[in-house]
Amino acid sequence: MADTIGTPYVGRAMKRVEDPRLIKGLATYVDDIRLPGLLHAVILRSPHAHARIGRVDVSAARAIPGVVAVLTGADVNAACGLVPCAAAIPDLKAPKHTVLAGDRVYFVGHAVAVAVATDPYIARDAIDAIDVDYDPLPAVTNPEEAVKSGTPLTHPDLGSNIAYTHVVAGGSDIDEAFRRADRVVKHRLCHQRLTPMPIEPRGVVASYDPGEGTLTLWTATQIPHLLRTLLPGMIGVPENKLRVVAPEVGGGFGAKLNVYPEEALCAHLAMRLNAPVKWIESRRENAASTIHGRDQIGEYEVAVKKDGAILGIRTRTVADLGSYLQLLTPAIPTLTGLVLTGCYRIPAVKMEIVGVYTNKMATDAYRGAGRPEATYLIERLMDVVARELGIDRVDLRLKHFPAPAEFPFATSCGLTYDSGNYQGALTKARQLANWDQLLKDRAAARAAGRLSGIGISTYVEICAMGPSKAMPAGGWEWGCVRMEISAKVTVITGVSPHGQGQETTFAQFVADRLGVLMEDIVVLHGDTNVAHYGRDTYGSRGTAVGGSAIVMCIDKIVAKAKTLAAHLFETTADHVVFEKGTFRAPGVTNREIGWPELAGEAYVAKNLPAGLEPGLEASSFYEPQNFTFPFGTHIVAVEVDRDTGHVAITKYVAVDDCGPQINPLIVEGQVQGGIAHSIGQVLFEQTIYDENGQLLTGELMDYALPRAADIPEYILGSTVTPSPVNPLGIKGVGEAGTIGATPAIANAVLDALQPLGVTHLDLPMTPERVWQAIKTRTAAPVGA
Amino acid sequence: MTVTKLHIETTINGEPREFLCDSHETLLSALRNGLGLTGTKEGCATGDCGACSILLDGRLVPACLVLAPEAQGRAVTTIEGLSSGDALHPLQQKFLEHAALQCGVCTPGFIVAAKALLDAKPNPSEDETRYWLAGNLCRCTGYDKIIRAVLDAASEMKESAI
Repeated sequence: MADTIGTPYVGRAMKRVEDPRLIKGLATYVDDIRLPGLLHAVILRSPHAHARIGRVDVSAARAIPGVVAVLTGADVNAACGLVPCAAAIPDLKAPKHTVLAGDRVYFVGHAVAVAVATDPYIARDAIDAIDVDYDPLPAVTNPEEAVKSGTPLTHPDLGSNIAYTHVVAGGSDIDEAFRRADRVVKHRLCHQRLTPMPIEPRGVVASYDPGEGTLTLWTATQIPHLLRTLLPGMIGVPENKLRVVAPEVGGGFGAKLNVYPEEALCAHLAMRLNAPVKWIESRRENAASTIHGRDQIGEYEVAVKKDGAILGIRTRTVADLGSYLQLLTPAIPTLTGLVLTGCYRIPAVKMEIVGVYTNKMATDAYRGAGRPEATYLIERLMDVVARELGIDRVDLRLKHFPAPAEFPFATSCGLTYDSGNYQGALTKARQLANWDQLLKDRAAARAAGRLSGIGISTYVEICAMGPSKAMPAGGWEWGCVRMEISAKVTVITGVSPHGQGQETTFAQFVADRLGVLMEDIVVLHGDTNVAHYGRDTYGSRGTAVGGSAIVMCIDKIVAKAKTLAAHLFETTADHVVFEKGTFRAPGVTNREIGWPELAGEAYVAKNLPAGLEPGLEASSFYEPQNFTFPFGTHIVAVEVDRDTGHVAITKYVAVDDCGPQINPLIVEGQVQGGIAHSIGQVLFEQTIYDENGQLLTGELMDYALPRAADIPEYILGSTVTPSPVNPLGIKGVGEAGTIGATPAIANAVLDALQPLGVTHLDLPMTPERVWQAIKTRTAAPVGA
Repeated sequence: MTVTKLHIETTINGEPREFLCDSHETLLSALRNGLGLTGTKEGCATGDCGACSILLDGRLVPACLVLAPEAQGRAVTTIEGLSSGDALHPLQQKFLEHAALQCGVCTPGFIVAAKALLDAKPNPSEDETRYWLAGNLCRCTGYDKIIRAVLDAASEMKESAI
């Protein structure tokens, strides 16, 4: 059925506008860019976690036919500036982060030299011909040991492995809460290091026009605009002569929310060699030299009354930052502190975060960035408290939910949750999961000797980042809408989607609000010469923040069009009614004006009212007044194989509330993909460095991503609680799955093992780890 | 060092093609760089991710682990060979309808791998589909919509064959 103007697009499962080019293999990613005279760069990386660099001999490499340049840190660092960290943490000790290593290497994968050649195979041969004398030094790999005095130092010049100590505290007096407690529940929890692993590794193409003095950088990034802000300070090209393009980008998950050494290096090489230069990251480089996520270890204490009332939580958490600060590295653990109380009324909280340098790749934002850590912690702790006090875990959660009428709800962590109905999401999830039947099934399975478990998590997260006062480089978003003379609509956004589908969802709500067909709308993004301003895509901000800027533009265009229509109707704007793409003036005239006629008048400009500018275009900066706070409930049933330790997810129910949904297909996709990341985290994934700092998970044979056969069927539901923060009422959904799912699955596995007396397992709960726990307990059963 | 290029005659997406390549060059590189068929993607270069899936004489292979000279005299099918203009292969149509992709970089590999499945087994079970496609990695979708799209395409192709 053909779409007609006036049938709303919002709320419908429209096919994605992006997909035809993607399913035909016609989309252009960075590696698909071909330029005349293109040179290829390959980077030599350190095989040592920590070493002093002695002599570097590049003569043999330079002698290979086809090699154009072989350069080391001494050749390029002065011209490339320092890799920036934008996070403002008081008293932060930061090492100087040069583009190539100076006299030391600090992690396996640290860039040491670059070879540029006419062919990528030749460039790869060239780096093999570089001779580097390394003098290995002790590697710092255990963050808890690293904070002790007298241990080796990651960066000797900093004098300590501690980058910062930061306290997030709020609410009532934490010591008083623990004095009043009937009981203190203690639990140690680790959030393992993870590798984001987008299927497209990073890549850069840089091209310099010496006549114009302009540099174009195509890069597999989530943040073309932040790069345009930050690269000029590194490479000396003025902001207005730098064009950054994020073409089709093959997944980000936070890993491409960064300014990487290779981006500045390729820009420099293109200028230095006066030729376009391409660098494509190998998978092994991606595992070693693109940011990792998570990696927090903490001792958690919960002050509780006998009736289950939680008075306070305190913790000291050690966050392994790796060897360098990337764009947001030190800020990520502080986000954990901001949402540590989850969706509960907990009067007092104190989280001391110790950020520690180790000889590993930097950690930074990975899907959820600090919030999955918080949710895992609080949701595991709720189960532990419920078990220790003998209270039903669902009742314990319900007891601490704020009521829907209590929103906006101020938390003791200092945030104000915008809107919520946590009880509603929990009720719906229990209905979808058929909760009572699940309990009966579990009882029957246990009676038959099987290890069956049910897990639940109720979560809230911080999205739509965010108010500029809380963001390092501004949290606003820019947009532009142009009604063309042909009545086609061009929408330009400063967010930079790379799979989130905003070419579709923006077109849906723009079509509804302007009363045009979706097929007449084009959404442009990701090129700073087209989308002049922006703050890009991360923190579930694309639609909630970026979309709101577009709404502002639409309002301006409609207001201007009404003024013009009033002039044509020979009346005043307050008599003009706009509906479904048509302007009328009831009671004044029977004439109707549609966009084609109005757009023609606006651009031909022969009959405009006095003072009205020609054209129908508007741009806007939208500044969010608060974050948004999506929430939901995930329920998981698992069965654990006693003989192998294998965990099978037998039911997965997710109810997520992201506010009104523009396109349910896209919302489902975001939730399902997010849950898959969590299945990976709970059951398979862990980035492992050995005691020498060698990376043991350097490729896809060693780092276990979930595969199609590992994923259950999902039962998805939603509730709709609009956010009062933005005009679309949207909360955001990009990270919800990953935030809600990890504790739900972990709780389910531990519930399954509970009859054996197993009360804790670290992530990932691999078959071996689960089997070991079963074996230990069944060999020496705990007393009844 | 004298580099001698090899002259390869092959059939790509039903058309006879010839190209020059180095003896050490992968078929993936020859397709993408020599022939300009960039729809086939490189995700790992070790045969682990499936992004470079192609059919070689009808058999599913990762193009990153095949040398370009091995294409001599053989038939190669890439993602570009599945559709003709706006006329999509049923798998492509179902990927579109189910929104079985997000960033899209793994998608050509999934569609080619799924075609190999349906060519060999027109009516696969869900389990068979999940295990067949376990050689293709996707980090965006969580796989569910991909599985639905492939099963839906299978049932539609079966109906239209009757």
